[in-house]
Amino acid sequence: MDTEIHIILANIWFLFIGLMLLLYVVLDGFDLGVGVLSLFSRNPRHGGMMMASLESIWDANETWLVLLGGSLFGAFPLVFATALHALYIPVMVMLFALIFRGFAFEFRHHAHNTAPWNLLFGYSSLLASLAQGFAFGGLIGGLLSVDGGNQGRVWEWFTPFSALVALGVVAGYALLGATYLMIKTEGVLQKTCIAQAYVAAILQIAILIAVVSWIPRFNPYFAARWANQDTGQYLLFFLALAVVAFAMLMRALRNGFEISAFLWSVVISMAAFIAVGIGYYPYMVPDSIAFTSAAASSKTLIFMLLGIGFLIPVMLIYSGYQYLVFRGKIQTDEHGH
Amino acid sequence: MFASFQNGDFIRRMLMEMLQDPVFLSRTQFAFTAMFHILWPLMTVGASLILVVFEWLWLTRADIDYYRHARFWAKLFLLNFSMGVISGLPMEFEFGANWSRFSMEAGEFFGNILGFEGAMAFMLEAGFLGIMLFGWQRAPRGIHFFATCMVAFGASLSAFWILVANSWMQTPDGIHIEDGKVVVDSYFDAIFNRNMPWGVLHMWDACLVTSLFVIGGLSAWYILHGRHTVFFLKSFRIALFGVIVAAPVQVLLGDSSGRALFVTQPAKSAAIEAHWVTNEQGAGASWNLLSWPNGAEQQNDWAISIPDVLSILATGDRHGQVLGLKTFKRADQPPAIPLIFYSFRVMVGSGLFFVGLMLWTSVVWFKGLLTAKTVMHQHLLLKAWVAAMPLGYLASECGWMVREVGRQPWVVYGILRTHDAASVLPAPVVATSLLAFVAVYTLLFLLFVIFAVRIIKKGPDLTLTPPLRN
Ligand code: HDD
Ligand code: HEM
Ligand code: HEM
Repeated sequence: MDTEIHIILANIWFLFIGLMLLLYVVLDGFDLGVGVLSLFSRNPRHGGMMMASLESIWDANETWLVLLGGSLFGAFPLVFATALHALYIPVMVMLFALIFRGFAFEFRHHAHNTAPWNLLFGYSSLLASLAQGFAFGGLIGGLLSVDGGNQGRVWEWFTPFSALVALGVVAGYALLGATYLMIKTEGVLQKTCIAQAYVAAILQIAILIAVVSWIPRFNPYFAARWANQDTGQYLLFFLALAVVAFAMLMRALRNGFEISAFLWSVVISMAAFIAVGIGYYPYMVPDSIAFTSAAASSKTLIFMLLGIGFLIPVMLIYSGYQYLVFRGKIQTDEHGH
Repeated sequence: MFASFQNGDFIRRMLMEMLQDPVFLSRTQFAFTAMFHILWPLMTVGASLILVVFEWLWLTRADIDYYRHARFWAKLFLLNFSMGVISGLPMEFEFGANWSRFSMEAGEFFGNILGFEGAMAFMLEAGFLGIMLFGWQRAPRGIHFFATCMVAFGASLSAFWILVANSWMQTPDGIHIEDGKVVVDSYFDAIFNRNMPWGVLHMWDACLVTSLFVIGGLSAWYILHGRHTVFFLKSFRIALFGVIVAAPVQVLLGDSSGRALFVTQPAKSAAIEAHWVTNEQGAGASWNLLSWPNGAEQQNDWAISIPDVLSILATGDRHGQVLGLKTFKRADQPPAIPLIFYSFRVMVGSGLFFVGLMLWTSVVWFKGLLTAKTVMHQHLLLKAWVAAMPLGYLASECGWMVREVGRQPWVVYGILRTHDAASVLPAPVVATSLLAFVAVYTLLFLLFVIFAVRIIKKGPDLTLTPPLRN
């Protein structure tokens, strides 16, 4: 009885953490993606507009990462500790990149010459995306699969596989960013975004397929999941979903459907993400830590449900309201600084 | 000659050893990042509340100056807020990255509380910040005011939760240890642990006091330079009204906080007072105004002390017993006792200075000398306010040093030692991240100063008009 409740609670938190991760990836993903794209913009005024489109929301987007960190820490302390420990280097790199990004946002307003700040914004976004990609790639590549404790080995995450995943993450973020900008811009800038979205989408789907076919070769755990009837079916379903979404995205890009282009890019990321999630389940760290045993006690999980779980809808409402207030195309200089 | 050479060699060897000790490096990194981070919440928490007051005055008094005040201080607020966000993010991840053993053992409670902070406080703030700062033209007045209130509420709530977490490390109540892990028996006891009320209130008031003296001090600076005297007298008076309450309350809270320490963390309080030997029955313990505590000799090299005062401060009784540091094994005594001792005195000195300045200003105000015509003659007073601007920061840093160094050698007081809490990491890796933090934060700080000065020099925009009522 006791353990049954515990398993249910651990499942709930697995879902919540997944949801937070997903929200973070989509929201900060487009945010970072806009940064990556700004590197390709020749026109400094465009770079400025790109940053202006994020001004009122980047902090809220990044806060999902804070919430994700705190929730993971409380609900799965063991995972929080082992994963961050093993990922010390990419995590530090990501943090520094986010620091630089934050101050590029802030100081640009007050600077006489905005060009260097735009560049800093672009490069730090790229670096943060890469670091997240490497960390993610390291994790799904089985970084922690050896006896849970990775005592002082700090470079294990750095492999050709994780480099591929990192590229995929950058492409995915760029796609989200490009389709987000489609909504926020018009005219020439919007045309550029559509072109960039094509490239990013093709890259992302190609890398996704490469990654999924690569994993089973070195990760027997994943291979077994593929071979298994039930889980194999789910995996296939979500991959198929990603491909369908890709087709729909192409259509939306061709016809200039702004909202649906963004939504289909979200579906691609989501499908890719869930496919990997299923590849994991019921392990938090493949083959070594089952997430039920990594979870905090039932008491803590319930307490966290009261304090965090029930707030998730509320948070979604007021974050959504903020987006509503700032909807519409970007008009520069309306903020009255 | 020979001795000093040996000494230099010894120090060099010690330094080398420290640089190869990942635990020492992780501690230094944590202390550095925390001491940098705390600079910003002080204003985020305090100034967001003051912004609520400005906006409220504007809405109720129909005085457009208050609208312009709200817009002007919000610029500095945003700059400060961003620094808080970007320096806070690393701290959360450091717990896992540098203190993974602590995180595994105590995550059950500690991580939970950090999660609460994220969900209840940070999300709330971030969710309304955009509207507060950029939504003047877009949101109706009522909603805008609501957003400002939520940002302020969120900031105070984040101070509350982070101090719950930290005070539980000082007095870990409501738990027991099972298989080397913290198991929570009572969430109520753990959250409302013995140190929590003092930690939360004293910190929160520190934010208020610091912000009030910063806003008051900047207003005084403008008045001194004859810029917008009438305009800045308004904010100066608000700051004065604020500190009339907040400054004396801070001294009272500090006193209670210190009194509680003699019960909950006697080794820390003995270190604060450089008190080595427990006083005998029937004799009072004397209080050291100044001294040089010497940890190696286990005594003070010298001291200026006043008989019986320590007993009175700690117990309220002239002969009350106060445990001395020597009661504790060397391994259980806090390190760097002079640092604790003097940090405490700097903090108390600042608190007393604040109260003095508040009294002086109140008298001047009472005499009716704080008007646009007369205030210019109060040169010295205004200069004292300008000088008080950094003191809140200084006192807060010192307070944290007392609190955190005084807690050593424990991470979780009496339960988990700092040495057993750190991640196993190669020293060069931690040394690299530490160096990077030092370099980046120094740069960040300089840039902050440059841009803050730019905003201040530019001054408020007195042509701004509020959006039409919508
Ligand atoms: C919620 C927990 C928490 C909070 C709110 C703070 N700290 Fe802390 N602090 C720690 C948790 C902690 C810690 C992780 O537990 C450390 C690292 C190693 C240790 O023993 O304590 C620590 C160490 C530590 C040290 C080094 C002590 C030593 O190693 O001798 C200093 C000087 C500070 N901190 C300063 C601060 C400042 C200025 C803070 C204001 C924001 C602050 N701390 C907030
Ligand atoms: C070790 C301890 C601490 C950790 C782990 C921590 C963590 C954080 C994080 C993650 C942020 C960024 C939040 C965001 O993205 O919105 C932040 C900002 C902030 N912190 Fe801290 N913090 C610590 C100490 C403190 C203390 C002692 C205070 C007390 C007053 C405090 C109050 C704040 C406030 C008011 C902000 C402003 C920005 C915001 O709320 O977003 N923090 N902190
Ligand atoms: C006469 C005045 C004061 C006394 C007697 C006093 C006393 C104390 C004591 C005993 C502590 C340690 C608490 C612990 O370790 O649990 C502390 C901490 C602290 N003090 Fe003070 N203090 C005074 C004034 C101030 C002022 C003026 C400020 C800032 C404006 C300040 C800011 C802090 C902070 C930020 C901490 C650490 C966090 C906390 O414990 O809340 N103090 N103080």
